[in-house]
Amino acid sequence: MAATAPVGGKTVTVRVNGTTYEREVEARRLLIHFLRDDLDLTGSHVGCDTGNCGACSVLYDGTLVKSCMLLAVQADGASIETVEGLAEGDELNDLQQAFGAHHALQCGYCTPGMLMSATALLREKPHPTEDEIRKGIQGNICRCTGYVNIVEAIKSVGA
Amino acid sequence: MTETTVAPPKPVVVEEGKPQKGWAGQNVPRKEDKRLLQGEGVFFDDIKRHEMGYVHFVRSPYAHARIKSVDVSKALELDGVYGTLTGDEVAILTDPFFELSVKPGADMKDYALAVGKVRFVGEPVAAVVAATRDLARDAAQLVEVDYEPLQPLVDARVAQSGGAPVLHEEAGSNVVWDGTFDWGDWEAAAAEADHVVKIKELHFDRFSSTPLECSGCLVEYNRGTGQWTMYCNHQMPGVGAIWMAPAMRVGIDKLRFVTQDIGGGFGNKICLHPYFVACCLLARKLNRAVQWTEWRTDQHTANAHGNERWFQDIEVAVKADGTLLGFKVKALDDCGAFPRYEPLGCIIWAQVTPGCYRWRHIRVGFTQVVTNKSPVSPNRGYSRMQHLWLTERIIDVVAHELGLDPVQVRKKNYVKHEEFPYETPNGCVYDSGDYARCLDIALDLVDYKKIEEKRVDAEARGKLFGIGIGSTLDSGTNNFGQSMILNPELQFSGNNEVATVKLDIFGEIVVTLGTVPQGQSHETTSAQVVSDILGCSPADVTVRAGHDTYWNSHAGFSGTYASQFAVTGLGAVKGATDMLAGEMKQLAAVVLGCAPDDIELADGTARMKANPEAALPFMALGAILNANNAGLPEDLNITLNCRYVYRPPFEKPDLERKYGNLTLTYATQIHACVVEVDPDTGVYEIVDYAAVDDCGKRIHPQIVEGQVHGATAQAIGAATHETFPYDEDGNLLTPNFYDYHVPHALDMPPMKTGYIESESPFTSLGAKGMGEGGGAGIHAVCAALQDALSSRGRPIVTDSCNPYHRVWSLLQDPAASRAGVEVVSR
Repeated sequence: MAATAPVGGKTVTVRVNGTTYEREVEARRLLIHFLRDDLDLTGSHVGCDTGNCGACSVLYDGTLVKSCMLLAVQADGASIETVEGLAEGDELNDLQQAFGAHHALQCGYCTPGMLMSATALLREKPHPTEDEIRKGIQGNICRCTGYVNIVEAIKSVGA
Repeated sequence: MTETTVAPPKPVVVEEGKPQKGWAGQNVPRKEDKRLLQGEGVFFDDIKRHEMGYVHFVRSPYAHARIKSVDVSKALELDGVYGTLTGDEVAILTDPFFELSVKPGADMKDYALAVGKVRFVGEPVAAVVAATRDLARDAAQLVEVDYEPLQPLVDARVAQSGGAPVLHEEAGSNVVWDGTFDWGDWEAAAAEADHVVKIKELHFDRFSSTPLECSGCLVEYNRGTGQWTMYCNHQMPGVGAIWMAPAMRVGIDKLRFVTQDIGGGFGNKICLHPYFVACCLLARKLNRAVQWTEWRTDQHTANAHGNERWFQDIEVAVKADGTLLGFKVKALDDCGAFPRYEPLGCIIWAQVTPGCYRWRHIRVGFTQVVTNKSPVSPNRGYSRMQHLWLTERIIDVVAHELGLDPVQVRKKNYVKHEEFPYETPNGCVYDSGDYARCLDIALDLVDYKKIEEKRVDAEARGKLFGIGIGSTLDSGTNNFGQSMILNPELQFSGNNEVATVKLDIFGEIVVTLGTVPQGQSHETTSAQVVSDILGCSPADVTVRAGHDTYWNSHAGFSGTYASQFAVTGLGAVKGATDMLAGEMKQLAAVVLGCAPDDIELADGTARMKANPEAALPFMALGAILNANNAGLPEDLNITLNCRYVYRPPFEKPDLERKYGNLTLTYATQIHACVVEVDPDTGVYEIVDYAAVDDCGKRIHPQIVEGQVHGATAQAIGAATHETFPYDEDGNLLTPNFYDYHVPHALDMPPMKTGYIESESPFTSLGAKGMGEGGGAGIHAVCAALQDALSSRGRPIVTDSCNPYHRVWSLLQDPAASRAGVEVVSR
């Protein structure tokens, strides 16, 4: 089977957590690999290759997306929020603190994506019900916690 | 006899306010959290090196085929490709990995890449290194491999039949290991029994814990020293190095493993040595750092499945009053294409031979075979889970067939609280516990007293209603001497773990561990233990994150596996800290002019008990010894840098009788599950669930409960949806999260937890290893389904995984599942 020759590059300008980056990227570059490999923002993770796990979840112009399901070129001109932008300097925000207090993370691999999904949920619904919380994070797989404490943490922020 | 404390049956909550002295036992903030919550953890895939190359493996599309040729020339012509590695090179540069088994398994040849043949879909055949991930994948497609397909073997039950293809011709058989375990007197038990219940076949499915972070490494080769550094997520480097070094024909000191944060392991990151050897060879060949990150589909297809096991010709001896006397069974274990960590699974189950029960006559014929499927590796609950599923299925089938109450059968036959320490028929010593009490708590949590009302209510809504129990043990801290029962030539026994604790110049307390945490909070719990001994706060203690061979804080069995950190890891931490405390007192006594016994450690100082104002802050002690030591007595033989090797008290087992103490501690899990089933579709919902755990002294209750949640979620996933089925050609049908459905937040039932604390008399902290669980959720779901369906032709649940379609099949044809069940009564 012959390999497909990569289509040429393009310069993109992306704002991430308030900083603007300009980079030349291959057309097939995924947004997650752009964030992790080109910008060295390694907080967002890769847990699958089918868009199922949600470890790469980020906010794209305020909308929750899985960054493995977008190309970097699609983010040209967009504003992206990742886990690295949640804390105020060294001060964890309420949601991050709640995750710690409720032991809502073990290995921490799904956590960045989980935090971004919860952030999107709480912006839309500041006081979500448990059912709304579970729906809000249904696109994020966690293999450590059984979701029990993640739900409790989000609930406590929205209380 | 140890003290047992009943706790209120509600989840642990975070305690507010400043914790008092006695840090162990409290929910202190986790040291790991701050970096992980900010995306500042360091997982292996986050690490980069200048001009590093990305590795992509060319993998077999066939389950079984002869390799006629491998041509990498077109891949090498692509711009940006740095180099390749083939099986032929591997066969020249390395020796096969050593095998743990006696013959025939001993003769199975396992290399870093396929040599001559492929034996499962996804088996690496060649590797390509290129400037980017995408380019490496492009180049891999240009590698031309000519295969001659062979007949695949996908059903372990025909692996020994005449027409079956033989995977490893050198071995001459598909059998890895077989043997008989015979304890007590089965014939006498059968003769004494009023009923012998026979079950033709039960099947424990393939699945795995599928950690969210896939496997991988970044490998650097230092040409000057001949050493490799692997920044990786291997969870058992001690044993990984023992596999890799001889195969690579180098001393073990040439291999340095470094980990920091690992995105879950669950045993699935123990057998990474073939991949790591390929990466090491490439780093040396290309004189370049190389990086390999496994793709999710490759993780499912080709890395590590849990052991699939068939239980056949089961016979159970039962008295009329429900007393269980014993059982016999033929176990057939399917380990996939290569043994790797196997055949250890052929003995690990024996840690829990009788499960939670007092029966004394047990005979197990155990055979393990290879098939053309992904190799297995330890998987949370490794090997004991399969066996405990058998014992729990036996209990529920016996109760079902003889019209007994499953709760009463359990209570009648559980090992009693007053019988601990309890020696099992094969010489294991259950340290402590109270199974009946745990069961009562679990039943209370699901409001068992009102269960019949609930059944009536569900039936009025057109649902079938069922309740089931799972009673399991999480045996922790292996005696590796059990491997000698499989192969007397092996030179493994006992166990060990290492920690170092030092007091540095400015008073810093720094801990290094030999363990390799993947979410189990070792930094936090270690700091609790250290601060209790040194009289300071966990916040004053720095625990280095992860594992590094260069820290010299490891031993042959170092790693994080098999539910043992609270015993081995914290045992080492306690040992090293006790040593350091003794040295700090010696030094303070010299400075203050008194005897070491006159000194106490408190409030971050070493001070005279009789005169607390005569106190030296830790900083002074660190500075005096490390930087201002002129005039100290010559015979003051201290370093303030203490290394301790924890070694549990084990003997080698009696190989003839296959008898001995195989693990040090036994944590208990008793779960209760309530289901409602739609009789028309087989769709079911878990409407109530309780998990009761007893792991002895809990160092950090919140962390313990988190492990209970996680183990339960994985068990529920395995019971309901997670399975690795193969088609007749040996293709995996669930090769990624698209097809392999793990529980999402909406799938999880409401979960209630409870606990008791039966301290272990055999460990320094009274704690027991925990975390794996025994798969109690799988057993509880199976039992609940069988109970729910019993009014519809009394089907028997014969499989560990029961997706809706299988439940529907049981509803459609209950007689089929009953065909293998028979009761012979006197």
